[in-house]
Amino acid sequence: MGSSKYEVVIGLEVHVQLTTQTKIFCGCSTRFGSAPNSQTCPVCLGLPGALPVLNRKVVEYAIRTGLATHCAIAPRSVFARKNYFYPDLPKGYQISQFELPICEHGHLEIETEDGGPKTIGITRIHMEEDAGKLLHGEGPEAGSSSFVDLNRACTPLLEIVSEPDMRSSDEAIAYLKKLHQIVMYLGVCDGNLEEGSFRCDANVSIRPWGQKEFGTRAELKNINSFRFIKQAIDYEVERQADILDDGGKVVQETRLFDSVTGMTRSMRGKEEAHDYRYFPDPDLVPLVVSPEWVEQVRQELPELPEAKVARFIREFGIPRYDAEVLSADRAMAEYYDATVARHGNGKLCANWVMGEVQRRLNEDGVAISDSPVTPELLAALLGRIDDNTISGKIAKTVFEEMWRSGDAPDKIIEEKGLKQVTDTGAIEQIIDEVIAANLDQVEEYRGGKDKVFGFFVGQVMKASKGKANPAAVNEMLKKKLQG
Amino acid sequence: MKITRAEVEHVAKLARLALQESELDALTGQMDAILDYVEKLKELDTDGIVPTSHAVPMENAFREDAVKDSIGVDKALSNAPESGDGCFRVPRVIE
Ligand SMILES: [Zn+2]
Repeated sequence: MGSSKYEVVIGLEVHVQLTTQTKIFCGCSTRFGSAPNSQTCPVCLGLPGALPVLNRKVVEYAIRTGLATHCAIAPRSVFARKNYFYPDLPKGYQISQFELPICEHGHLEIETEDGGPKTIGITRIHMEEDAGKLLHGEGPEAGSSSFVDLNRACTPLLEIVSEPDMRSSDEAIAYLKKLHQIVMYLGVCDGNLEEGSFRCDANVSIRPWGQKEFGTRAELKNINSFRFIKQAIDYEVERQADILDDGGKVVQETRLFDSVTGMTRSMRGKEEAHDYRYFPDPDLVPLVVSPEWVEQVRQELPELPEAKVARFIREFGIPRYDAEVLSADRAMAEYYDATVARHGNGKLCANWVMGEVQRRLNEDGVAISDSPVTPELLAALLGRIDDNTISGKIAKTVFEEMWRSGDAPDKIIEEKGLKQVTDTGAIEQIIDEVIAANLDQVEEYRGGKDKVFGFFVGQVMKASKGKANPAAVNEMLKKKLQG
Repeated sequence: MKITRAEVEHVAKLARLALQESELDALTGQMDAILDYVEKLKELDTDGIVPTSHAVPMENAFREDAVKDSIGVDKALSNAPESGDGCFRVPRVIE
């Protein structure tokens, strides 16, 4: 392992696709998966004379993201043209921001492998338009042609650039997951990595321990899963270490990760002209964001994951682990919140949401927002455990039926006759029958074999079809068996 | 000299222009003269003046996030030199 001789330095550039209805500079829809070029107009086709007009919502989402990552929001920012030629870029330039981005000097807190917190700097966040999509067909003409679909052209993106503050692939993943969670909480991104809504480029370099200057970096492009990002970084670190060990020099270049081989390879061509000749776009007037606007967006920010975890622990008295699982996803957190609001027992609600609810959602591949058992219904069910109408075990049966039918728990308990038997007379009768049928075991028990007690409980519960109140059964059974 | 022949070659390459040797020489001379001319602006005192990126003193032109009809695939492709499968067809790009 040559790599342990070196310190790893990673900076990340994340492209977040915004969930606006329309593109950043025109009214075309941003819907995914439509027929190629069906969502285009003179602006996003880059036709001469067409003028871009900024989507206000994009600015709002940028401010939202900037505030959530502790950035300063620039009172004045400017759009710039980034010039290069590529078939997916109809205008010959991408509208982006360069010298005056909308957000700067932010940070995120991550947890490192040893459990300690670490602050990762965010250099800047800027708004820009996406390029189109290139398709390389497989038909008879595939050999000589590529096909351009401009539906994605002009789709709004935020580019979020970190400082080179990460020192391992694990830290990089922790940062990405945190950022991913935040943009989803904010509702500015759908977070879909496979569809390219959250794309990551990693700048990776290594240097001998103790060296101040950064080593030469390689840029790893567009990797679409957290697992692949880790794999790509780890491979790249080994590759660079091998080069330095052999006395060679790392070349600054863009490299593509191949998920099949797990390797990165040099990507030349597009990069030769890494000379973008940025200049302010004369088609777009400067953007001025007033303190009032920033304040308004700040007021509307949702409660963020860290704050939620802290509140769940403080107000509902649940363990940190539970609070983190429940806060991982905003919809899940809101579901839990709504359930506790109606039922009150934080821990019981947590167990059910993380247990039965989560399990059924996974089994059916359903989003929690579409759960047939709503927080109201779940709280009602848990209320029936509290008032001894049903046992916790029967509650699972009722839940299963609620999931299938969407019915209220009371209706199911009534119709299926699942009401718990608390009537001591009825329970006593069952116990007497069970004891009469198992005299051998009664002998064993009285002879000191305590374990047999469990057997009796099981028999009684079975005979009552699970409806006997377990506490009552325990108490009464003990008395009877002692004779 | 404000600009070298190598710089002109580089800029030509960025602009995807295939220039003849003779054109390169001529253009180097012409661009040098243009830059010389622009240099004159430096004689003005611009201390304390904010750089102008836009000729009109205007800010914040927004549109609301409301979908408008697109122009349709046929129209979108109507100026394409080559098309196929609802797409613009271009010489194959190797990735
Ligand atoms: Zn458009």
